Amino acid sequence: MTVNITMAVVLAGLYTVGFYLLMQRSLMRVILGIVILGHGANLFLQVAGGPPGEPVFAGSALIEAMVDPLPQALALTAIVITFALTTFLLALAYRSWALLGHDEVQDDVEDRRIREAERRREGMDESDEPDTEPAEAVAGFEAPEASEEVPR
Amino acid sequence: MTVLVALPVLLPLLAAALSLIVMRSPRMQRLIGATVLTAIAVIAGALLAEADKHGPVVLQLGGYAAPFGITLVADRLAALLLLTSALVTLAVLIFSIGQRITDYGRQTASTAFHPMYLMLCTGVSLAYLTGDLFNLFVAFEIMLASSYVLITRRTTAERVRASMTYVIVSLTSSLLFITMIALVYAATGTVNLAALPEKIGELDPGVQTSLGLLMVVVFGIKAALVPLHFWLPDSYPTAPAPITAVFAGLLTKVGVYALIRTQTLVFIHDESWTVLLVVALLTMIVGVLGAIAQNDLNRMLSFLLVSHIGYMLFGLALFTVIGLAGVILYVVHHITVQAALFLTSGLITRHTGTVSLHAMSGVAKAYPLVAVLFALPALSLAGIPPFSGFVAKIALLQAGAAVGTPAAYAVTAAAVLTSLLTLFAVTKIWVGAFWGKVGEPHPDPDPTDEVTVGTGSTSKGMLVATGGLVAVSVLIAVFAGPLADMSERAAADLLDGGAYRTAVLGEAGGD
Repeated sequence: MTVNITMAVVLAGLYTVGFYLLMQRSLMRVILGIVILGHGANLFLQVAGGPPGEPVFAGSALIEAMVDPLPQALALTAIVITFALTTFLLALAYRSWALLGHDEVQDDVEDRRIREAERRREGMDESDEPDTEPAEAVAGFEAPEASEEVPR
Repeated sequence: MTVLVALPVLLPLLAAALSLIVMRSPRMQRLIGATVLTAIAVIAGALLAEADKHGPVVLQLGGYAAPFGITLVADRLAALLLLTSALVTLAVLIFSIGQRITDYGRQTASTAFHPMYLMLCTGVSLAYLTGDLFNLFVAFEIMLASSYVLITRRTTAERVRASMTYVIVSLTSSLLFITMIALVYAATGTVNLAALPEKIGELDPGVQTSLGLLMVVVFGIKAALVPLHFWLPDSYPTAPAPITAVFAGLLTKVGVYALIRTQTLVFIHDESWTVLLVVALLTMIVGVLGAIAQNDLNRMLSFLLVSHIGYMLFGLALFTVIGLAGVILYVVHHITVQAALFLTSGLITRHTGTVSLHAMSGVAKAYPLVAVLFALPALSLAGIPPFSGFVAKIALLQAGAAVGTPAAYAVTAAAVLTSLLTLFAVTKIWVGAFWGKVGEPHPDPDPTDEVTVGTGSTSKGMLVATGGLVAVSVLIAVFAGPLADMSERAAADLLDGGAYRTAVLGEAGGD
């Protein structure tokens, strides 16, 4: 099987960018990461079908010259699914922004508990130590007040 | 007979549409939901009897012969899990109808719940029955997309945070799933599960291993294996009790099912797989330690869920008939028991108005029935004889000892330890919630929030549904003998794979 270098490079790029964005703290970037990763995955399905060829209509070309239609069907299904879920994700992100007033990915609950416990212990050892990170104080979602036009 | 295979997928799908059409009539919605789920349970029973007697029931969709079309296959394992899932979804549906009526009266409709719940059932049924890797992806998406809607209904700030984690993690695993399918197709030229083993067998061992590992990662995220479990205890507890119950009972188990299916059918292992054994050990220990550290009832149950996924992985990693038979028993037991526990937790929190174990007390004295409904599945989860958990665990431990390698012994020891620690964890719940003086119910912090609404009131429907699930888990223990035999036959099928391939591909593919 021949390897299409251009496609391989494009795929590598899409996956890299997608995963990089997924690991960002801003929710919008995470969603963009999902979108780009989705493009990568769908393109990958297409490429998995082998090199391009003649369209699949009975009698229009030699069977050997035709492309494999199955990956195209799979990719089409996958595109529809990723598209629908992206819309849902965007709606959810908007809801999150409306409720929380910012679009940061929140800390894990366990992480917060561990940090709190740590802070309490430190507080016991040297109680005059000032809290260095007031912005991150406890229970991550006492966010800045939610915006006024919260949709209901 | 073969058309029966399509019904568990078709019925809930059509019923979901119908349920959306009649959304102005809550009575009709409830009737449709309950009827369809009962019908699926009956059909699953028939399929199980048929598959057990005459081998897998196969339907080639649209008349396209495998491996070119989509195939639905009901073998022993699929039919057994389908039956269990149908019973659990039915119980949870009755519970949530009961809760809805208690909270809001008979006449109010919750537009999205019933159609989405039926879609969830469609996805679950399709995942069990499909004989095609890409169709499995579609099944997962149907299931997950409806679970996204169910978990994000009536979003509060807390719930939107948790469900965001859930949705993004699930989506990432779905995209990895597509990637895996693309790789498998590029390497073999087919996505039919029955046609794959032969093609995979011809590949380079390195490629085989990497495809196998990618599948473990993809399904491992869905099944919440350590270290891919972080999303689960974070997101499940924020949903209303019935939703959490059905997620905890079914969704992770569908991941486990996919793992069992692909690792036995597609990749043929002759001996136990050490990587999977290590993951199983980690999952058990990390999960149960996480549970002990919790103070929130639902988070504790979620960590216990993660921990007990390790048992199923343990049996799978051994790749012996007894091991797999143990896994099948364990999955059946765990689906019912975990759902029952989350439903009971829903009852407890309605009485106490809080999920914090420190803040609640005296439930046993005030509501003895709830105490019984909690105690039975909790003891079963910890593996106390004579409950279903004991039967399943003893099968797994025997399988571990039978393999007898140092790694297998280590995981067997960890399984015993986890069992004891589970007992400790449920004892902690018991001491915190059930003993002590009868406490005043805590005031509802947010009366508009569905999760804590209606403190102090439970209807008969909710109790009957929970009681029904507990009764099913007791019945599993009563009929442990026949069930174990059935699991063993199913496990033998899985390891052999010949019957499945012959049934799907015709005589040529079998041998």
